[in-house]
Amino acid sequence: MMAEERDPPLFTDVEITENSDFTELEDDEAAEELFVSAVSRSESSEGFFPGSNGPRAQQIVLDDEPDDLFPEVTEEVSLDSPEHEPILSDGPSPAITPITPIILQEDDDELENRDTLEIQICVSDPEKVGDGMNAYMVYKVTTKSTLSIFSRAEVSVKRRFSDFLGLHSKLASKYLHIGYIVPPAPEKSIVGMTKVKVGKEDLSYLMRTVKHPALLKDPDVLLFLESSELPRAVSTQALSGAGILRMVNRAAHAVNRMTIKMNEADAWFEEKQQQFENLEVLMRKLHASVESLVCHRKELCVSAAWFSKSVAMLGNAEEHTALSRALSQLAEVEEKMETLHQDQATADFCIFSELLGDYVRLVSAVRGVFEQRMKTWAKWQDAQVMLHRKREAEAKLQYANKPDKLQQAKEEIKEVLMLSGPRWETKVQQGERDFELISKNIRREVSRFEKQRVKDFKVVIVRYMESLVHTQQQLIKYWEAFLPEAKAIA
Amino acid sequence: MCCSEYLAIFKKTVAMHEVFLCRVAAHPVLRKDLNFHVFLEYNQDLSVRGKNKKEKLEDFFKNVVKSADGVLVAGVKDVDDFFEHEKTFLLEYHNRVKDASAKSDRMIKSHKSAADDINRIASTLYTLGTQDSTDLCKFFLKVSELFEKTRKIEARVAADEDLKLADLLKYYLRESQAAKDLLYRRGRALVDYENANKALDKARAKNKDVLQAETTQQVCCQKFEKISESAKQELIDFKTRRVAAFRKNLVELAELELKHAKGNLQLLQSCVGVLKGDT
Repeated sequence: MMAEERDPPLFTDVEITENSDFTELEDDEAAEELFVSAVSRSESSEGFFPGSNGPRAQQIVLDDEPDDLFPEVTEEVSLDSPEHEPILSDGPSPAITPITPIILQEDDDELENRDTLEIQICVSDPEKVGDGMNAYMVYKVTTKSTLSIFSRAEVSVKRRFSDFLGLHSKLASKYLHIGYIVPPAPEKSIVGMTKVKVGKEDLSYLMRTVKHPALLKDPDVLLFLESSELPRAVSTQALSGAGILRMVNRAAHAVNRMTIKMNEADAWFEEKQQQFENLEVLMRKLHASVESLVCHRKELCVSAAWFSKSVAMLGNAEEHTALSRALSQLAEVEEKMETLHQDQATADFCIFSELLGDYVRLVSAVRGVFEQRMKTWAKWQDAQVMLHRKREAEAKLQYANKPDKLQQAKEEIKEVLMLSGPRWETKVQQGERDFELISKNIRREVSRFEKQRVKDFKVVIVRYMESLVHTQQQLIKYWEAFLPEAKAIA
Repeated sequence: MCCSEYLAIFKKTVAMHEVFLCRVAAHPVLRKDLNFHVFLEYNQDLSVRGKNKKEKLEDFFKNVVKSADGVLVAGVKDVDDFFEHEKTFLLEYHNRVKDASAKSDRMIKSHKSAADDINRIASTLYTLGTQDSTDLCKFFLKVSELFEKTRKIEARVAADEDLKLADLLKYYLRESQAAKDLLYRRGRALVDYENANKALDKARAKNKDVLQAETTQQVCCQKFEKISESAKQELIDFKTRRVAAFRKNLVELAELELKHAKGNLQLLQSCVGVLKGDT
């Protein structure tokens, strides 16, 4: 499995390590050759990673998205290379849960196509634990299910926000590199919100996770849902939340886009990648507009309240009795407007805006998976290059007609090969297999993702429209009640 | 500035001018004013020049004097119950109308901002609809179309609220100020009259310039009585007009709100029907 390989990753991640982990490189020659191969492959290479030492210092152009990159990040930031311990993983946990990912079998597709999954997860009852600086919120996570993977039909556990982040990072480290779309961690502010269920779709983070047939059976997920004691995800405290994780990932994506020039043989991938890029832009735009709408509706709500009070005062001052009464009725109508606008703003937000926010993150996760494929391809290519060079070196020595040198060279190569573990030929084969696997997985994942996206949007948009209908119906009621009062002014 | 916004502003301006002219025409004295007749009948360009700097400065000082004086005059208690009551009433009414006017402007502004957001949402949904490769493309296009239509209605609601409510309040803000000014002028006349009385008493006591004092006193008395009479009528008319104007505008406001809400409702319901049929 991929996780067991310990060969150096080939400049694929944003590994801007201060104390460079070059202890992993078996010999300087190999390191140099890596560097050479890197330079020769990426044509555009200007720019730099401050903080990285040694031959890895690459120059990358930063003009496209200057605000996307974090040159100051000096910690290891790659989450998705299995070779390095991801910084967000729990310290003591490897002993408890195996890091082998669950691979989907063909018959799991059946699970995917079922309309309703026999599982319900509810996050509720936020409780404050501790006090002062060390206080944190704890949530009750209740899982009700008839599925056999669960030990009980109903189980409740207490989880804190860092547990959610920890779960996400474990899943990401296990599955991203084989092309599964791991749902991004939720925002801290909405973890305890109960309003994420719309129609029969539950859009919460945990439900989204278990809707994935492989993740549903993942031991870490099961532990999260069932185990009363969960080892604390210690390093997640250092990062205040999923937000920073995402920013860092965007930096990684930006770098990858620039360094890996892949010869795409499959048009499907190119097309899909473009589609998801466009989709992300539009989701962000829409999300921003809806958030602005929520904001203005809240303003409208507040100003309607003020106006109502003002009109009531005017009504009091008015001498003419009928007009005075009509004005106080108007004040009442405006007061009802205030509530109406408030409710609508809540609907705007909880129903529509939240979904859009989720999808901005989800589409970003999908693009991450495409990038994983690129990295896998790069690895495969690098293995091929290495193999070629080794063979060239061997051939050169053969023709040089220095039998003693040849012997020495052969010994050197043997040594190198022995030290570097599996032979390069095997590596090439492995690389190709990995690439094919991830490509296959991505196709399936994208299809599953799109199906879910269609379901989610349809259900949410219809619900949102219904909330708008309700608002108009209420409006009609209020004004119809007011009209006779206005006409009664004599 | 787009077409509908221009139309809304145009409607507003026309309405304000019409109200002004009708007011003048309804006034027993002002309707006979020559300037008014020239305005209505002269069929060529009137070439009215704006106030020059000197005139603007004069206005400014007049206002300053008036406010200062107004404070003094307002302090004088009126014997006449009617006017005393009117003074108290107008002061309070004016302040409350001012507040209501400001708050209604605020509210309508928020309403317009919300309509603008819906506009942006509609156009992003349209782009999404054209680019989406799934079933959702039809969905997005339909919803985008709907939002375009409801947005127009929302904008019209805001414009109508502006016309029927905000403008009404602004108008009565100025009217109540004008009424206060009238009271001030009467108060001024009263003070002059009282001063003239005192002067006459003094003159009679000293037996000096009695005739002059008597004439002054008589002039002041006449002025005061005349202004009191017309002020009373004006203030009664003010109430009548105010009630009528509020009635007309509030009824029209309610009718328009209903019309737009019903329009919106129909659009939304038919859209929901189509979307649900699709799923």
